[in-house]
Amino acid sequence: MFFKNALRAATAISLVATTGAYAENLTIATVNNGDMIRMQGLTDDFTAKTGHTVEWVTLEENVLRQRVTTDISTKGGAFDIMTIGMYETPIWGANGWLVPLDDLSAEYNAADILPAMAGGLSHDGTLYAAPFYGESSMIMYRTDLMEAAGLEMPDAPSWSFIAKAARAMTDRENDINGICLRGKAGWGEGGAFITAMSNSFGARWFDEDWNAQFDTREWSDTLNFYYNMMSDSGPAGYPTNGFNENLSLFNQGKCGMWIDATVAASFVTGADSTVADSVGFALAPDNGMGVRSNWLWAWALAIPAGTQKEAAAKEFIEWATGTGYIELVAANEGWANVPPGARISLYENPNYQAVPFAQMTLDSILSADPNNSTVDPSPYVGIQFAAIPEFAGIATEVSQEFSAAYAGQQTIDEALAKAQALTNDAMEAAGYR
Amino acid sequence: MARAVTTNRKALNTAIAWTIGFVIFFPILWTILTSFKTEAQAISDPPIFLFFDWTLENYSVVQERSNYMRFLWNSVIIAGGSTILGVMIAVPAAWSMAFVPSKRTKDILLWMLSTKMLPAVGVLYPIYLIFIKLGILDSRIGLTIVLMLINLPIIVWMLYTYFREIPGEILEAARMDGASLKEEILYVLTPMAIPGIASTLLLNFILAWNEAFWTLNLTAAKAAPLTAFIASYSSPEGLFFAKLSAASTMAIAPVLILGWFSQKQLVRGLTFGAVK
Repeated sequence: MFFKNALRAATAISLVATTGAYAENLTIATVNNGDMIRMQGLTDDFTAKTGHTVEWVTLEENVLRQRVTTDISTKGGAFDIMTIGMYETPIWGANGWLVPLDDLSAEYNAADILPAMAGGLSHDGTLYAAPFYGESSMIMYRTDLMEAAGLEMPDAPSWSFIAKAARAMTDRENDINGICLRGKAGWGEGGAFITAMSNSFGARWFDEDWNAQFDTREWSDTLNFYYNMMSDSGPAGYPTNGFNENLSLFNQGKCGMWIDATVAASFVTGADSTVADSVGFALAPDNGMGVRSNWLWAWALAIPAGTQKEAAAKEFIEWATGTGYIELVAANEGWANVPPGARISLYENPNYQAVPFAQMTLDSILSADPNNSTVDPSPYVGIQFAAIPEFAGIATEVSQEFSAAYAGQQTIDEALAKAQALTNDAMEAAGYR
Repeated sequence: MARAVTTNRKALNTAIAWTIGFVIFFPILWTILTSFKTEAQAISDPPIFLFFDWTLENYSVVQERSNYMRFLWNSVIIAGGSTILGVMIAVPAAWSMAFVPSKRTKDILLWMLSTKMLPAVGVLYPIYLIFIKLGILDSRIGLTIVLMLINLPIIVWMLYTYFREIPGEILEAARMDGASLKEEILYVLTPMAIPGIASTLLLNFILAWNEAFWTLNLTAAKAAPLTAFIASYSSPEGLFFAKLSAASTMAIAPVLILGWFSQKQLVRGLTFGAVK
């Protein structure tokens, strides 16, 4: 009896010791958005399955970007997993700052990741970050206002139709703006929108020799079209409006159309929206040149090279970006709230197909190609950005010039001339030209 | 002779003072009000001021999502520690500059102040690398030292200004009575400069409490103070204004209460020596 009890005790102690040695405490840096907050609430499921615990560091997107860049470039080791986007992943992967995710388990089924997402999160064909959710951009519009204007939204409209519809839907007396678009300075705000829009007008940031292209007719057409349309049909103060401001306007019934991230679809049809029952969706417009104006973005989980907890970090990534997590969210919060845009199987699921914006989100993602985003050839990868380290700084300055032009502080031509000069200067200083 | 102030003039001055006070306080008031609204009410246009269905839901969500007490405790230790450490170093420094000045004292004071003009981001990488080497990244001790160092010029300057108002003859008399340097500073100078030291402590505690650049960049999960707590509710993609307001209210409440209770000492200290 004594020996049996002793054996049991020894087994128990060794099991506890083994679990203690194996169980890790992961520190994860992430952004503050609905999907990530939901994941934090479901972390207990991961802990129950693996024994690993998780500490979250949640930061605003731009703060997070600066924080993780400082840490990874100095090999600080403050985080075991970082939430990064499509812009950083290929650059950091090329620098050897990230652990390649080429040995994920068979159950994880990496082949199920949407090719557009996998491509944008890879460098030289190696996946460096697993997409947690992906997004493109599309048109969200008021079906009732469109009908009242005597128009019908095509599934794939042109910019000329959008401008016409915007003017027809504008009702200044009732505070209804035909169209709400980002104008706020910042490469991820108005800069992202105008770059994606410019692609459909045949513009590009650089020619194949990395010369800035803001002195071309295509850029002039893009900015003048945007400015004229927003002056006629946009909300007051649009040069300072970003995603949140437009979401607020749309949800209060003050926008006829809004072109922005597909992730907004769940907000404008959600409980906080006053127009949830009369929202339609369409692909982002084109200009008859073969390229649409939608972007592609993903928030993805990556492991910084040098972490001591690589195995546990990979377990977390498999849990958080796998199909099991999608089912977990669906069971807890409903199919409309599962993280979209990352996996093929999600869009084959009949339960998800019933979500009103699911198909248009998928169509938007599939129509975006980061490797061929411009009409004329360009030397960079990316749709609303060029995946080079210098882009964020340059594009922020350029978007500031554009926003100043929208606000009437300078002309469009002046803004383009300044953008041309500052971009060429920066590219020359960086050794591209 | 003091000028007679008419009743009308008094009323006008009072009205102007209240108006300025209200304008200064309005952003805090608006944050507090927004924290009791729903997300939809928080963004309504025209804005709703007082007549809405007040809710505590945002506070409940914030409490559920974040470990507020851990952030609060980190803030108290970092802000309190850096202030106390700073004053311990600054009192002897200010004493020597005020009572035993050299011909370079003014230059040293200006040089100390000039370090405040350096953009913090300019030294982020060197400091970050030092923290990695010393193993104090994401630690309270590391942040306490950094915040003490960045506030030290202000502490020295404030204390120097207060000490200059104290007649040197009193300290001289203490020395003639046999007081040592330590006794002179501790038992003669410090009691006379209590209002000044108190307001310096309070002001620097507030500065350290509100510091957001270093506290965000040098912490992760363990040592993050309330500034990181607020930052975790800000988002460019998604409406979190009501929750952000609740988090902000919870973050500023302790220091607001502290300031409220010690406003007499604060004003007395800040105006110490202003009227002769």
